[in-house]
Amino acid sequence: MLAYIIQRIIRVIPQLLLISILAFIIIQLPPGDIVTRQIERLQASGVTVSEAQAQALIRQYGMDRPMYQRYLLWISNIITKFDFGYSYTFEKPVAQVIMERMGYTFAIALFAHIFTWTVAIPIGIYVAVKQYSIMDYIVTLVTFIGLAVPAFFLAMIIMYVALTKFGIRTGGLFSQEYMVLPWSWGKFVDLLKHMWLPIILLGTGGVAGTIRTMRAMMLDELRKQYVTVARAKGLSEFNVIVRYPTRLAINPILSSVMWLLPWLFSGGIILEIVLNLQTAGPALYAALRNQDMYMAGAYILITGALTAISAILSDVLLALSDPRIRFGGVEGA
Amino acid sequence: MSDHVLAEIKNLHTYFYLAEGVVRAVDGVDLTIKAGRTLGIVGESGCGKSITALSLMQLVPSPGKIKEGEITYYQTIHKTESASTSNVIEITKLKPNSRAMRAIRGNQISMVFQEPMAAMLPVRTVGAQIMEAIMLHQQVNKAEARERAIDILARAKLPNADRIVDTYPFQLSGGMRQRAVIAMALSCNPNLLIADEPTTALDVTTEAQILDLMRELQQQYNMAIMYITHNLGVIAEMAQEVAVMYMGKIVEQTDVASIFRNPLHPYTQALLRSIPQLDDVMARAGQKKRLETIRGMVPDPYSVLPGCSFHPRCPQFMEGVCNEVEPAVIEVEPGHIVRCHLYASRTTKARAN
Repeated sequence: MLAYIIQRIIRVIPQLLLISILAFIIIQLPPGDIVTRQIERLQASGVTVSEAQAQALIRQYGMDRPMYQRYLLWISNIITKFDFGYSYTFEKPVAQVIMERMGYTFAIALFAHIFTWTVAIPIGIYVAVKQYSIMDYIVTLVTFIGLAVPAFFLAMIIMYVALTKFGIRTGGLFSQEYMVLPWSWGKFVDLLKHMWLPIILLGTGGVAGTIRTMRAMMLDELRKQYVTVARAKGLSEFNVIVRYPTRLAINPILSSVMWLLPWLFSGGIILEIVLNLQTAGPALYAALRNQDMYMAGAYILITGALTAISAILSDVLLALSDPRIRFGGVEGA
Repeated sequence: MSDHVLAEIKNLHTYFYLAEGVVRAVDGVDLTIKAGRTLGIVGESGCGKSITALSLMQLVPSPGKIKEGEITYYQTIHKTESASTSNVIEITKLKPNSRAMRAIRGNQISMVFQEPMAAMLPVRTVGAQIMEAIMLHQQVNKAEARERAIDILARAKLPNADRIVDTYPFQLSGGMRQRAVIAMALSCNPNLLIADEPTTALDVTTEAQILDLMRELQQQYNMAIMYITHNLGVIAEMAQEVAVMYMGKIVEQTDVASIFRNPLHPYTQALLRSIPQLDDVMARAGQKKRLETIRGMVPDPYSVLPGCSFHPRCPQFMEGVCNEVEPAVIEVEPGHIVRCHLYASRTTKARAN
């Protein structure tokens, strides 16, 4: 098992290297660069920039050097100093912007996924076991609607209803009064009060799909002979379902853990903007709009790296759950 | 070997209610299973053999239902070494998922299925899947259940049973897996083992070994076996009693010697003729003679044929009789019953349907 994990980690290193090169090329693609933007900004604020100053800026940002050197400078700063460059949208180092938002993003994404799984997995199992029952049809109908309605639209409706009918303000992560205060118990409670809505809304987006996956997988597995064998042992129906078909039907859900980390950064972006959350997604959006190349580059790089890491996480979970992967066995061999 | 009745199936009807119509999978079956003996059930695919077996354990898959009939199980309770009482359980009166029904499954009656590859969940160890039944039915702890699992695996002639117990099913070969599946079925020392084509998916060498094993374990445990197969050769080797099924009905039933020496029903005769014989193969080598088959196909399962259900394929079909009147059960000789109009005159004791 350890060998398997190490092998997976070694294989990810060249992937990460490739991702970083691509990320760097992408941030160089748009016309104009950070120096011209900087000069424009200075001029816009009424400062005249002399040729010498411009040259100084170009040298400062390494723009006079060839691209591969700039790449090496960029990547070595990231690896050695965790320095992703400077964001002029937020007027802070990129690393700081990301770190500020990382905690909330991670918490919301994790809880949203836990919400999705706790709701969707039991429902998926239930409707598969009771295939073609009235509940199955109702759930199928609701999940189709759930798949068709965009999460941000649902969020707007809920925010509207919460505000107009119940007088609850749902946007953001904090109330106005706690926004700038340092951490305290009151601020934490305030955060919880605000977090449930995005968690449920972000989670609901995944519920419909997860129910469909779980139902389809369970229907496949329920037809297998080992289910009848388990019943023939005298196990209760609950134990038969939980100990047998569910063990295999859960595999695609474990694979989907792979999307958890990248989803932190970009998955719920529209919803996060609608809900006015201080998470990573909206920051990326702002960075892209402003040609904030270091910010954008950092996002592309981090999203790519997270995808690669999540893939390892998924594979390890799958291997833990399914010995056929662990031992490289082939069914029927 | 005692001769007492272990289970009785009376007038069993198991129907499947599908959108396309009703499939009469089992349509009036009577069977008696005696303790310690082997009852063979033969027939083509789709004749209702497996559904009869599943009905016995109340494991008929939806939308199938036991529509009519009685299944009685006589449970022997050993009070002391010598004294024992019998407990009559009406299986058909129990709810399929009730505690009482589940106490019978895997404990009193257990089952071995056709596909050893599919009978175990690939992601749990062989041992875990065997221990589960032991812990469920016999109040023992995990360590003891593991000991018993190793013991039963060893009895099923699996080498290194103490190692096999921790392997996953996919790490075993087909033959070994079927041994493990048989061990799993026998783990709680059942009185009746239902074997539903347990060797069909195996090669002949492995088949012979598995049949030997089952006979040996039958002696050891003194259990009855209900052996379902389409292979008359296996029946000859395993069974003492044989029931031939066709379209949900038993068309002939007798002891194993009579079925081969004196088959009465045209369907039984046709089945016997379609077994390839080595002499025939030699004789055929020169001339182009084909292996005898039964004319036609098993009719579409939704249809209800008037008269005898075998009449469209029967070589001795009698117009106006076979396609109109349903044949009654005729006891031609004591213990040899047949459901065919050809023997209507030879009735020693005609029974109502």
